[in-house]
Amino acid sequence: MPLLRERVLGWLHRRPEAQAWSLLGPGIGFLVVFFLIPLLIMFAYSVMPRGEYGGVERGFTLEAYQRFFVPIYLTILIRTFVVAIICTVICLALGYPVAYAVARSGRWKNLLLFLVVLPFWTSFLVRTFAMIFLMRDTGLINTWLLKLGFIREPLTILYTPFSVMAGLVYGFLPFMILPIYASLEKLDNSLLEAAEVLGARPAARFRQVTLPLSLPGVVAGCLLVFIPALGSFLTSDLLGGAKQLMIGNLVQNQFASARNWPFGSAASFILMALVLAAVLVYLRIRDDAPEGAR
Amino acid sequence: MSDAPVVQFARVSKTFGDFKAVNGVSFDIQRGEFFSILGPSGCGKTTTLRLLAGFEEPDEDGGEVRLLGEVVNTRRPYERQIGMVFQSYALFPHLTVARNVSFGLEQRKTPRPDIAERVHRALEMVRLAPDTFSRRLPAQLSGGQRQRVALARALVLNPAILLLDEPLGAVDLKVRKEMQLELKALNKTLGTTFVYVTHDQEEALTMSDRIAVMDNGLVAQLGTPAEIYENPRTAFVASFIGESNFFAGRAAGRSAGQLELTLSGGETVRVPDSPALHPGQQVRIAVRPEWMDVCRPGEVPPGENALPGEIREVIYLGETLHVMVALRDGNEVTVALRNEGQLIKPLPWKRGDSAAVAWLPEDCQVLEDA
Repeated sequence: MPLLRERVLGWLHRRPEAQAWSLLGPGIGFLVVFFLIPLLIMFAYSVMPRGEYGGVERGFTLEAYQRFFVPIYLTILIRTFVVAIICTVICLALGYPVAYAVARSGRWKNLLLFLVVLPFWTSFLVRTFAMIFLMRDTGLINTWLLKLGFIREPLTILYTPFSVMAGLVYGFLPFMILPIYASLEKLDNSLLEAAEVLGARPAARFRQVTLPLSLPGVVAGCLLVFIPALGSFLTSDLLGGAKQLMIGNLVQNQFASARNWPFGSAASFILMALVLAAVLVYLRIRDDAPEGAR
Repeated sequence: MSDAPVVQFARVSKTFGDFKAVNGVSFDIQRGEFFSILGPSGCGKTTTLRLLAGFEEPDEDGGEVRLLGEVVNTRRPYERQIGMVFQSYALFPHLTVARNVSFGLEQRKTPRPDIAERVHRALEMVRLAPDTFSRRLPAQLSGGQRQRVALARALVLNPAILLLDEPLGAVDLKVRKEMQLELKALNKTLGTTFVYVTHDQEEALTMSDRIAVMDNGLVAQLGTPAEIYENPRTAFVASFIGESNFFAGRAAGRSAGQLELTLSGGETVRVPDSPALHPGQQVRIAVRPEWMDVCRPGEVPPGENALPGEIREVIYLGETLHVMVALRDGNEVTVALRNEGQLIKPLPWKRGDSAAVAWLPEDCQVLEDA
């Protein structure tokens, strides 16, 4: 056995490219089987005729794609983008200060980070149901507001755009905080001291040193929130009462209830193409930005 | 006004928790001086510099820091007329060399044409060709070049005082030697007061007009490099700056302006007398290795102190030859002999030889701490 081990290692040692493949191989293999192949199958479905009882039939057609470009679906598409953008902006506005505070919290750092990731200990589904209990007419918020006499009638919070947004922000906030924290944590304090000696007041120090140097974290955080927010369906389903359809709900419906697999696949691919385009534009803007914003 | 000290520390103290980092330190720094604060890590030198920069405030009732005659204890760094060069350079990694240097000018809302001109001059001053380096990012520079950018960034604002926190610690020896001479030249041509923190005694001796040696949050000795090297007041200073051989003894009698000392081994040596010394007192003396000589027994020149012993080791160092001599009381003494060509060939001493170490009475320093 040790002989075999040494021979394998010796063989790898002489071939750096084989070494690289032996590290990449398992991951790539997994992704090919469980991601790339299903994706190709879905793409094939999207250009095949719809089967009468779900599934697809042989043939080729672009019908599913044509069908998407009508006002009702475009409205859903635009709404999805608007919701995802607003969600990203709110997460950034709430998350940046938190990340900043955690990064400068000294010995409390680990505890605070622990609190940030604590929600992941329970499933997203359970937490979303918890939000229903919080926001419904007889929920915790309304009960307390009534008790304290701020309102006479229960507020309608649940099944509104507000509740959907609250759910999305709640779910994605840690994904904004963690990358921003990581880039702020690396920030060398002597850079801020240098800026201070050079005459920069606190606001100037933040704008000209802290913010530009934390931008990689901001970009990563925005992508990690924006992309899943675009594809989300659970939150709008449970907290929006299916009134505020997002693209994710549309896709889910096509597969689960409408049994129009080609259309569901086509909608997915249209969303994917748009996300890709949006991300490319975004990264392009960042790379073209003058030095100082990188 | 122009004669007033640029920097005054008046019994300044700074405590972190239970730790007295700086413990009642006082000194003045004159305009245009190259002033070094020298000491081992943890001696309080960096805290002293940070008190000067304004990153730390003295304790309440912890004395006064005065800059240009004004008490600045609680003033923020940007309200003081100082420039600073950091140990880690602290260049802004996202800004080009030119934008790094112009950073301070931009904070002061300097007009654009002025900025370009002054950045250009500052880069030339630190001998970085502006056309080549202006557009580079710090990551594209060598350690020495980064140090020059950091220097230009601080000097472009014409600060009254430039603080340097071990700025040459991370560059290689050759660049370090070069930068030492350049810093000294800049100090003289610009007339800016330089306050330089270092743990490297050679660096401090090379550049400074005056050195404050710090130990345990206190100034152990303050003086010119020659004063500190030739007349160390304490054992700490004598061993931290250069090397020293130490002897302890009891003062016996006086004769001809000299004090006789009976060493623990029983021998008698003579040291320069001073009124502070009186017979019966414990005295400690320090002798520099290069001020001593090794003689054959019985060939000691008259008038010199001599202690017999045996050669323990002969170390050839090129410029000098270090001879370790074990004395009778078990102590080991190092004598540095200059390589004067003929002297060394063949090596004049070998292990096991009987010998005596000798030195002139006036070439030893009586220490204040016994």
